[in-house]
Amino acid sequence: MKILIVDDFSTMRRIIKNLLRDLGFTNTAEADDGSSALPMLQNGSFDFLVTDWNMPGMTGIDLLKAVRADEKLKNLPILMVTAEAKRDQIIEAAQAGVNGYVVKPFTAAVLKEKIEKIFERIEATK
Amino acid sequence: MLGAENFEGQSELLDELKERARGLVSSLEQNDFTGAADLIRQINEARDRSIYREVGKLTRGLHDAIVNFQIDAAQNSADQENISKIANAQERLDFVIGLTQRSADKTMDMVEEGIPVVEKLGADAKALHQEWQRLIRREMKPEEFRELYRRIDEFLGDTVQRSGDISGKFNSILLAQDFQDLSGQVIKKVILLVQEVEDRLVELMRVAGQVEEITGIFRAPDLAKVPAGPDVVPEGPHVNAHKREDVVSGQDDVDDLLSSLGF
Repeated sequence: MKILIVDDFSTMRRIIKNLLRDLGFTNTAEADDGSSALPMLQNGSFDFLVTDWNMPGMTGIDLLKAVRADEKLKNLPILMVTAEAKRDQIIEAAQAGVNGYVVKPFTAAVLKEKIEKIFERIEATK
Repeated sequence: MLGAENFEGQSELLDELKERARGLVSSLEQNDFTGAADLIRQINEARDRSIYREVGKLTRGLHDAIVNFQIDAAQNSADQENISKIANAQERLDFVIGLTQRSADKTMDMVEEGIPVVEKLGADAKALHQEWQRLIRREMKPEEFRELYRRIDEFLGDTVQRSGDISGKFNSILLAQDFQDLSGQVIKKVILLVQEVEDRLVELMRVAGQVEEITGIFRAPDLAKVPAGPDVVPEGPHVNAHKREDVVSGQDDVDDLLSSLGF
């Protein structure tokens, strides 16, 4: 299970990386923007994407839409982890096909629950 | 044309106009066209003088507001700081980002180094505990006991050393929280600066609006008609989420919203 963590703050990437490691996911990579993340996804055989919303180059919502529009990547499970908490944004992300939405600040328990839920749903649809 | 409601000199102008108007009416009644035309000219001049006076006052006010805005700080050394802050607001906030980044990294370093130490401590204790249980159940042979005896001694020594190590890390973590004080101070200064800039801008706009009204160039700007931005503008972390209708207040709200929509 290879996971890509995308956030423009290295502190947050590190926190998520550590939390994922505690959950047993040790194979992780990082990107600091949607624009550098997309080529990594296209070339890299990732199984899961965790992304922030607000990033200077390509935002998380645009990354989400780009991934869903890509033939190879469209079924990639995506979890958004972000400070953006307006209803309209949550709805927009859901309609664009995000698999889970975690608002900052979050706890390890919440992150774990959302990731597990995403995988359960994927198993269920197989 | 004279849109401003209560400009200075209004009552003087009114008196002058009344007087001239009376004169005008009386000239007209006497069919004195030349006299009437002259009075009309005088009425116009009275109005124009009044306008020029008001415009003069307001443009002076506008000029002053602009001057204050630009060079306020140059007056004395206390304000000198304000000028460099205006120029350096971005630098200061970048500095805060740097502080918080360094503190977070330091804290996480200490935590990441500390976790394996604690895990090893736990694992060693568990293993020894199992051996000790065997001893208690009298399942242990003498040579095994000698080995246990040695291991206990080693464990105790290790524990003393590991506790010291972890205490040191806790201390480092504590010290790393100094970013709060330093960044708080810097942010307070930026807040003051922003407030000052906003106040000056509002003043500038107010005076400019009056000039426009008096000279009849434009109607007073309708500030309520600020053009709407794109529908969904990212706003970053919400400071007063509970005061807003359009913002959720936590993960539970997010989950409720999504499930209510069938996601």
